[in-house]
Amino acid sequence: MDIFIDIILLTLLSATALAVARIRKLFCAIMMFGIFSLVSACLFVTMDAVDVAFTEAAVGTGIATILMLATMALTSTEEKRPPYQPLVALLVVVVTGSVLVYGTMDLPDYGDPMAPIHQHVAPRYIQQSPEEVGPPNMVTSVLASYRGFDTLGETAVIFTAGLSIYALLGLGRRENRDHIVEDDHA
Amino acid sequence: MHDHLILRIIAKMFIPFILLFALYVQFHGDYGPGGGFQAGVIFASALILYTLIFGLETAMRVVSPTALRILAASGVLIYGGTGVLCMLRGGNFLEYSMLAATPLAGQHLGIFLIELGVGTTVFAVMVMLFYGFSGRKDPSS
Amino acid sequence: MNLIGHYNYLISIFLMMVGFFVVICRGNLIKKLIGLNIFSTSVFILYITMGKVAGGTAPIVVPGPGPHIYTNPLPHVLILTAIVVGVATTAVGLALTVRIKERYGTIEEDEIRLKDESL
Repeated sequence: MDIFIDIILLTLLSATALAVARIRKLFCAIMMFGIFSLVSACLFVTMDAVDVAFTEAAVGTGIATILMLATMALTSTEEKRPPYQPLVALLVVVVTGSVLVYGTMDLPDYGDPMAPIHQHVAPRYIQQSPEEVGPPNMVTSVLASYRGFDTLGETAVIFTAGLSIYALLGLGRRENRDHIVEDDHA
Repeated sequence: MHDHLILRIIAKMFIPFILLFALYVQFHGDYGPGGGFQAGVIFASALILYTLIFGLETAMRVVSPTALRILAASGVLIYGGTGVLCMLRGGNFLEYSMLAATPLAGQHLGIFLIELGVGTTVFAVMVMLFYGFSGRKDPSS
Repeated sequence: MNLIGHYNYLISIFLMMVGFFVVICRGNLIKKLIGLNIFSTSVFILYITMGKVAGGTAPIVVPGPGPHIYTNPLPHVLILTAIVVGVATTAVGLALTVRIKERYGTIEEDEIRLKDESL
């Protein structure tokens, strides 16, 4: 049963992605991207990644879509028709894709419990984390405790992104300050 | 947006619940799905909804850009400070077991603190992003 | 290999290539960023696919006796942070797009190049 839901969602995802690639109106493309994120969040739920699904639903569907819409409102709403045929790009994509498919040939099947990824460090996380760290949610204990350095780095990246936005766009303060100055003169 | 009566009333009804849900996700992340990243984003989305309905000026009176800058930096500082605190108590950087009498209690406290730091930074940066984009004037107008 | 067992990999490669195609072929900068996001989502799907164990549940401890099968939590952690970092970097890209629009008056790649050459 799971596998059918999985296949249906993946097919929906590919249809949405193709629509994003084809549509020239940016508003529609951005909304399709929001749908794409939401469907991928559903897919993550079927693959038992509830935390990831939660994040994807909040971040990909909510914040990313809204930021893209804000950018579209500030720039242009329609993409121009490219003057040339995309044959070379298509060729590059097809060749890269076939090489990648060749690379996945000997990967373990979907859901194989004997896959190498499940043999190395994951058993330690699954068996020991309730005694060593405590929280029932293993994702939290791995995220915050075993891999705390990673998360510190990610937080620093987010902070840096905030700083760059502040440097690039400001926070709409200039207009505010002008108002205050005018008020003072009045 | 002063004429959208339905939107304004529905938003007013929903925003407290969104904020409450964000706090639930933040503090219940140990037991169910959730944690600092998701909670920060949900908290920010409540404020973004407020900004969309009531305008940027009003939202900036609720959470000022200065407060956002302080929050964004303090989140990273809480995280790093937890690590340094562990060092001061004789452990390694981010070794939470040193924070309390028993290792499990220490881990619990440490995870709580760093999730708080992550949540604060993510919230502040997400709102900062939205303020940055919506504060820009359309160059064509 | 069998097709059902590899369907996830194939689709995630397909999505990756759609994103790649949008990035290299479309001239509009917002469209390029959407393509980049599709590309990164396909990588997320690839990782989460690898972590799945057949018959497993979400990696949250189930109280009660008996051996429980859990899905591998490690890819979840990596992807969880990657999603949030991804949106932060996308936002920086969008901010650069806004600045380019203010400076050049367009966000189409070839028009920007024309303006650069005429300077």
